[in-house]
Amino acid sequence: MEQFQVRGMARQRAPGHRPDAITGVNASGNLEVLVERVLPDRECLVEVTTAVTGFRGVWEAVIQNFFERCSPGGLRFSINDGGARPDTVTLRLMQGMRLMETAP
Amino acid sequence: MTRANPQYTPAGRPPGTRSLAEPVREWQKQRSERNTRLEVGSRYATGKWVPAESAKALLEAVIRPGDRVCLEGDNQKQADFLAEVLADVDPSRIHDLHIVQSGIVLQAHIDLFERGIARKLDFSYSGPQGAAIARALLAGKVELGAIHTYIELFARYFVDLTPRVALIAAVQADRNGNLYTGPNTEDTPTIVEATAFKSGIVIAQVNEVVDEVARVDIPGDQVDFFIKPEKRFYVEPLFTRDPASITETQILMAMMAIKGIYAEYGVTRLNHGIGFPTAAIELLLPTYGERLGLKGKIGTHWVLNPHPTLIPAIESGWVQQIHCFGSEVGMDDYMRARSDVYFTGHDGSLRSNRLISQTAGLYACDMFIGSTLQIDLAGNSSTVTPGRIAGFGGAPNMGSDPHGRRHPTATWLRAGREASAGAIKLTRGRKLVVQILETFGEKMQPNFVETLDSIAMAEKLNFDLAPIMIYGDDVTHIVTEEGIANLLLCRDPAEREQAIRGVAGFTDVGRGRDHKAVEALRRRGVIRRPEDLGIDPLDASRQLLAAHSVKDLATWSGGLYRPPSRFRNW
Repeated sequence: MEQFQVRGMARQRAPGHRPDAITGVNASGNLEVLVERVLPDRECLVEVTTAVTGFRGVWEAVIQNFFERCSPGGLRFSINDGGARPDTVTLRLMQGMRLMETAP
Repeated sequence: MTRANPQYTPAGRPPGTRSLAEPVREWQKQRSERNTRLEVGSRYATGKWVPAESAKALLEAVIRPGDRVCLEGDNQKQADFLAEVLADVDPSRIHDLHIVQSGIVLQAHIDLFERGIARKLDFSYSGPQGAAIARALLAGKVELGAIHTYIELFARYFVDLTPRVALIAAVQADRNGNLYTGPNTEDTPTIVEATAFKSGIVIAQVNEVVDEVARVDIPGDQVDFFIKPEKRFYVEPLFTRDPASITETQILMAMMAIKGIYAEYGVTRLNHGIGFPTAAIELLLPTYGERLGLKGKIGTHWVLNPHPTLIPAIESGWVQQIHCFGSEVGMDDYMRARSDVYFTGHDGSLRSNRLISQTAGLYACDMFIGSTLQIDLAGNSSTVTPGRIAGFGGAPNMGSDPHGRRHPTATWLRAGREASAGAIKLTRGRKLVVQILETFGEKMQPNFVETLDSIAMAEKLNFDLAPIMIYGDDVTHIVTEEGIANLLLCRDPAEREQAIRGVAGFTDVGRGRDHKAVEALRRRGVIRRPEDLGIDPLDASRQLLAAHSVKDLATWSGGLYRPPSRFRNW
């Protein structure tokens, strides 16, 4: 079990008004993301809890890339990871951000 | 002609005369040897029928040391009884055989080499025995000629690898030796053509002996003996992909391929590989494809094995016709009932033919799309991983640009023009050769690498040529979860490398990208991200699949598709 945070700055506030959303499942090879609109507009944060240790460098690269690509200002993401590969992590983060634009 | 040109006859003698000192040249040695062997073999036969318990005696009678033998091992259908009998012959009587067959699939195929019955091997595909082949090569048990593509090996049957004896598999024989091969005709007509018409011997194992065969796939005068073992021949289900195992990343890649390649180029004539990403594409046609208004505009004419995952698209009216290399377990009744779509005999059942389908895939398709295990910085791809030689099968034929093609289509011309920077008047078209894969494979193995494992394997085994599934210069697009790289638009090796790195995700190759160069390629449309294609990540959901399980596929087929038990969990 490994836990860590990755903080970033966003170019802009994430669109939408939804306060929170959840996507994915905490299963083997998959992950669950809770998204909450709780931070200042230009900040973003991902908290990772993962069952698989030793990939922190890849996680940080994946998350920084997500910050640059999608600019999720104001959002905190809490990840419960069951050993997902980077492609799934990116997809779930993008899906979580899109959900925040939709009506709950 | 010779008579009119007497000056060209040897030693100036008129043809038809011979000096007394010259030995008589025999011109029918192969035929007379065949007759001798048949005579010995016929001791065990009643007509052409040989009882199963005499099979070993028959093989020991008609096969000689050093013979070139095709022991029908296709992609799916296996002459498994004859394989076991051959692996059991006395190696002091039969040894040093040269095995020429497309598939090395069964344990018995490996046993032939372990026991010294066979020594030399030319083949195409070794799927389940990939590790055993690698071990046998390292142990010096196998002298490898080459690993071929299907068409290439079949071509050599008619030039320098003609079998002396063919041991084949069929569903039915009548007493004259006419054979019905059933839906899995596969390689049989090609093997028999090469063997029977070059004075070779053809022996078939059949599931049943009947008064009249359902249809004549192989005429009886090309078959010398047939045997009916107790068990029916083995068929490997190879093309069934359970929709339940398709991931949302694969769905995302499938959406990108449909929108960014199928729709853009208007791909109607195509072949799919057998991986999960292409299964996802098949299952998205009736949903996502329909939403994009693409029905009738893409995916109408196929060269494809009977993929159960194509059933929803067929049932929704997307598919006009399909020619098959082989069959698939459980699909027989469905294909019989859909003869407007599939090629079937007058008996109603599927007629597959690997050589013809491979040729169709090479020359008459505008696109191949398939997965692979490793891609390097030039776009070369390989399925060799440490300790495994999987062989090629047909992917290199499907996944290559045929330089003998002359008929234009809009798809083919557009690809050719994208590849051409200069004048286009005489620019030929290009086949679209698309590799679709996630950036990481099983156990976080990167699918993008600096150097293919194939190269180290080739050095270790002293191969003259490293096995490459698809050469980089044939690849036109690479699709990953990160985006599509259009290699047609790359103008030099450096651009190509950055285009590949630019879709290689968080592998070392991907992280080694030049970010500025990649952004420049993206602005030019060489690299396109899901957001550039207007794809919503929320659509990348399993809800978008037209079927979520094998059971759903059976339901779509109206109960005509009968999945094999290993895919049944209901």
